[in-house]
Amino acid sequence: MSALLEVRDLVKTFGSGEAETRVLRGLNLAMQTGELAALLGPSGSGKSTLLTILGTLMHPTSGSHTMLGADLASASDRALTEFRNLHIGFVFQFHNLLPDFTALENVCFPTAVREGRETAAARARGQELLLRMGLAERIHFPTANLSGGQKQRVAVARALMNSPELVLADEPTGNLDRTSALQVMDLIAEINRDEGTTFLISTHDEKIAALCRRQIFVADGLVTA
Amino acid sequence: MIYALKIAARYLTASKAQTALLVFGVAIGVFIFIFMSALIGGLAEFIMMRTAGDMAHITIQAEVADPALLLLPEERTVLLVQESSSEATAILSDTAAFIPLIEGLPGVIGTSQQINGSGFLTRGAQVTQVSINGLEPGRESVIANLASYMTEGTATLGAGGVLVGKTLAEDMDLRLGQTVRLQSAAGIEVLLTITGIYEMGSGGPDSRQAYVSLATARTLFKMSQGVTRVEIKLADLYAADTLAPRIRALTGLDAKSWTEQAASLLQALEAQAQTGYILKAFALLTIIIGVASALLLSTYRRRPEIGIMRAMGAGRWFVTVVFVSQGALIGLMGGLLGAASGYCVLLAFPSRGNMVAGQNGLPIDIAQGAYGLAIILTTVGAILASILPARAAARLDPVTAIGQ
Repeated sequence: MSALLEVRDLVKTFGSGEAETRVLRGLNLAMQTGELAALLGPSGSGKSTLLTILGTLMHPTSGSHTMLGADLASASDRALTEFRNLHIGFVFQFHNLLPDFTALENVCFPTAVREGRETAAARARGQELLLRMGLAERIHFPTANLSGGQKQRVAVARALMNSPELVLADEPTGNLDRTSALQVMDLIAEINRDEGTTFLISTHDEKIAALCRRQIFVADGLVTA
Repeated sequence: MIYALKIAARYLTASKAQTALLVFGVAIGVFIFIFMSALIGGLAEFIMMRTAGDMAHITIQAEVADPALLLLPEERTVLLVQESSSEATAILSDTAAFIPLIEGLPGVIGTSQQINGSGFLTRGAQVTQVSINGLEPGRESVIANLASYMTEGTATLGAGGVLVGKTLAEDMDLRLGQTVRLQSAAGIEVLLTITGIYEMGSGGPDSRQAYVSLATARTLFKMSQGVTRVEIKLADLYAADTLAPRIRALTGLDAKSWTEQAASLLQALEAQAQTGYILKAFALLTIIIGVASALLLSTYRRRPEIGIMRAMGAGRWFVTVVFVSQGALIGLMGGLLGAASGYCVLLAFPSRGNMVAGQNGLPIDIAQGAYGLAIILTTVGAILASILPARAAARLDPVTAIGQ
């Protein structure tokens, strides 16, 4: 395994003066390619903020953030957008699909937005991913007509569309029943095993965390274990 | 770009009722724009046709010599001034020389040699003061289209015939074929037969004008040769200001453009055009405000989706193009619908030809609807209106937006 990302002395504060809140307090973390890791910690510990910074959706207040050798802590918004599109996938707790589009259109979005149109190759890749997610019958369904578990599987497929090195999942099973949750985790584990994609999954569910090979505990803005 | 357009189109079709309402609103604005263009343009055209259209575009009037002054030789004090006569005494005598020159100028479509003066029309005990216009037979309709205004008889002026206005005919109870006496200010009296009654729709010509042949006018005003006035009609009445100086240079005569005597008419038309511009600008402003507010609402409603797009790697430019494209599509659809409905509604109004011929109704000119301009301005306006909401959408913090 090779080094995928590293954050050192990561600090993130919100507000200023008396209202200043320090969410991350010099956090250090390194991940290798191909890891399947769970991010655990109580509410307010800084898990979501860490995921947001690792996902390049937010700049840290201080500290270093590198991924695939690129310095992301001080990169421009445009550079981060391109980097995110190519190398990072997201799965959110509430799936966050585009409601007016079909399952396939949602999955194709990350590629189409980069290429400026939905190419035949992108559609083929999207269909392949949806088949793998067990959604062969739902490819052209509007996402509004899908169940919660199906929507989350579409979200996983979308996160994998550009074959990213890292997929960040924020409570991906938090809104699902046990069966659907296990189905989604099985898919994640399968993709991690087969394609070597790195997953960092934020969760409160210890059973879900137990399915991951590494557990990272965050408390008071620091990695504790 | 194509993909951003696809998303914009999908957003519009996803909220069909809202989009339809928005497009309908824009179409109403465009309809008002087109209706105002056709009405203001048609009205201006109508006024021009009914006023300047029936006027001489260039007039050559014989110059009356200044009254003689009796001066003391040394002190240069005016002792006596001869009062100028109200009778038309000045004569343009060499028309045969300059008329062909004028008629040869490009843009000149006709000339009318006239003898004008005042007189009295008498029928029985009724006497009315009238302006007498002596016209060349066969050229009665060169300046004012007399033939089109005839309500009875014909416009052809033969020897012994006279044309009078409808109001004058009603006031004096005149009928076609009746004999009247026409006495000029010079005291000459002739017996004439009413061969035509016209209605121009304006007070002066209808109530105080009498048209006779040039030969009759010569008799009335004791003019064996020459004329008092030459009127010139142009293909483009706005060319009068350019052609009048050329005619002056060519003939040495005092040729005057109609605009010198119609400054107030031009001012009124200009004011009318300005009013039209203001009304059309308000219609456009309404469209812009409507589109901007609708897209601001759409932006607000789609904040989480914008956050998702940004998280998936859509740049600020992409988000801007999605919302600007929505504005452009709304403007284009509204513009096309408004222009089409405007054209269909305007078809119900009389054409310009019928209108000029005197058919009643709003003086709307369907050809002046400015359809293309309305569509272009609306689309551009809608694009401009969408820039603010689009920029607001592009500046959204994806983390905050996704969390909503």
